[in-house]
Amino acid sequence: MRINCPLCGDRDSREFHYRGSAKLLNRPNGDAGDAAFHDYVYVRENTAGVNDDLWFHENGCRSWLVVARNVTTHEINSVKLAADIKRGGK
Amino acid sequence: MRYSAWEIFKNGLTGNKSWKPVWRNPEPKSHYDAIIIGGGGHGLSTAYHLAKDHGITNVAVLERGYLGGGNVGRNTTIVRANYMLNGNSQFYSHSLKIWENMEQDLNYNTMLSQRGCLMLGHSDGQMDGLARRGNMMHMQGDTDAELMSATAVKELAPYLNFDNPRFPIYGGLMHWRGGTARHDAVAWGYARGADMRGVDLIQNCEVKGFRIENGKVLGVETSRGYIGAGKVGMTVAGRSSQVGEMAGLRLPIESHVLQAFVSEGLKPVMDNVISFGMGHFYISQSDKGGLVFGGDLDMYNSYAQRGNLPMVEHVAEAGMALMPMIGKAKMLRSWGGIMDMSMDGTPIIDKTDIEGFFVNCGWCYGGFKAVPGSGSVFAHLMATGNYHKAADMFQLKRFETGHMIDETGNGATPNLH
Repeated sequence: MRINCPLCGDRDSREFHYRGSAKLLNRPNGDAGDAAFHDYVYVRENTAGVNDDLWFHENGCRSWLVVARNVTTHEINSVKLAADIKRGGK
Repeated sequence: MRYSAWEIFKNGLTGNKSWKPVWRNPEPKSHYDAIIIGGGGHGLSTAYHLAKDHGITNVAVLERGYLGGGNVGRNTTIVRANYMLNGNSQFYSHSLKIWENMEQDLNYNTMLSQRGCLMLGHSDGQMDGLARRGNMMHMQGDTDAELMSATAVKELAPYLNFDNPRFPIYGGLMHWRGGTARHDAVAWGYARGADMRGVDLIQNCEVKGFRIENGKVLGVETSRGYIGAGKVGMTVAGRSSQVGEMAGLRLPIESHVLQAFVSEGLKPVMDNVISFGMGHFYISQSDKGGLVFGGDLDMYNSYAQRGNLPMVEHVAEAGMALMPMIGKAKMLRSWGGIMDMSMDGTPIIDKTDIEGFFVNCGWCYGGFKAVPGSGSVFAHLMATGNYHKAADMFQLKRFETGHMIDETGNGATPNLH
């Protein structure tokens, strides 16, 4: 599997570290309550299709990436910088 | 038909003509007292225990493919109960006790071989950790745990590399009652036992949805039509999120692929199951002679029932580091199975907010050894509505209340458990 890093280009997936669902980018506010945090920390959609996941380009530019990947075929639809997504850009 | 030496003898003399199919292949009825979704080890074991322990025989097991075609048919067949934490400890101990009487109980040869599971230690700190684990196993009542010195391990397994510069072997914790079993036979034995007690095993029957009214489950929509049910139990590890979603359930589970490997058949070279945790490697030799070994998850979420090459390389490297002699053997096959990785590495066996709907999921990569225990406690929960004392800590709400059972201490990182 290869991941096309927006900064480094097409690289072997071994350079990257998988963290988990990209929902981790959207941490609830501190006063959001237990239910919101339970959902954020533990509950996963775990779709058998395209998932947005957080990957870290550990042996590269050390950027956090949001990778949209079909988890049944490992086909990667898009790779974006997590920082860009948080800023609301594309 | 009850299997016995006499039957083999009699059939041998009469041309083996009177053997019967081991289970029926019935059409689904319109209504059952209980439906189990998933005809794998856990589903078949649950159906068997519902019938045997609780007298509930109007039961169907619905299987999308064929019986035992999922993870019970694609694991590394290890049976053990060397867990440490309260919750896991009593459950796996309960399960191992059922394993020890399973063959007599099922009248089926599941080839349980209690050859001993050895966990290796590579530092003083790790040996202390293993001593603590062994003591906790003794406190649970599993007094077969034995802390072994490097000399004792060397006597048992002289072929290991004891002087690996990074991970020299300091000793290990032996769990003598652990071992291996014939995985398919476990599924077949439970299927036969359930069928003999009147359970309908329905294959090629995919669940497409649930009929739920006023918070109560009424039945399931399947590829073979609607089937009504008083109670529904879900044992579909690997696909729990999808089946759960049909009932509106959102689970603390992420699916990952775990690979396993087998070498060509060899003469007996190793007696025990050996796990080299620091190298992410464990190995045993099957009764056919193949070395069966595996490692860690591929580390990213996946529903593809195949693994990627980097982990093949990693496992092979770890194998070579531990026992260099395996370099002479050829790798025959590798395969991957989809694991329900729960957020604390511990299974979930619980009721849900939907009356009559029960879940059994999150087995991570420890589902095989749990097959008898899981069936026994899940049947107990479905039949009585009460938690079995061996599994009362596997509740879904533990993630809300902070009562996780996190054996590896990795927190909510399912790929690291």
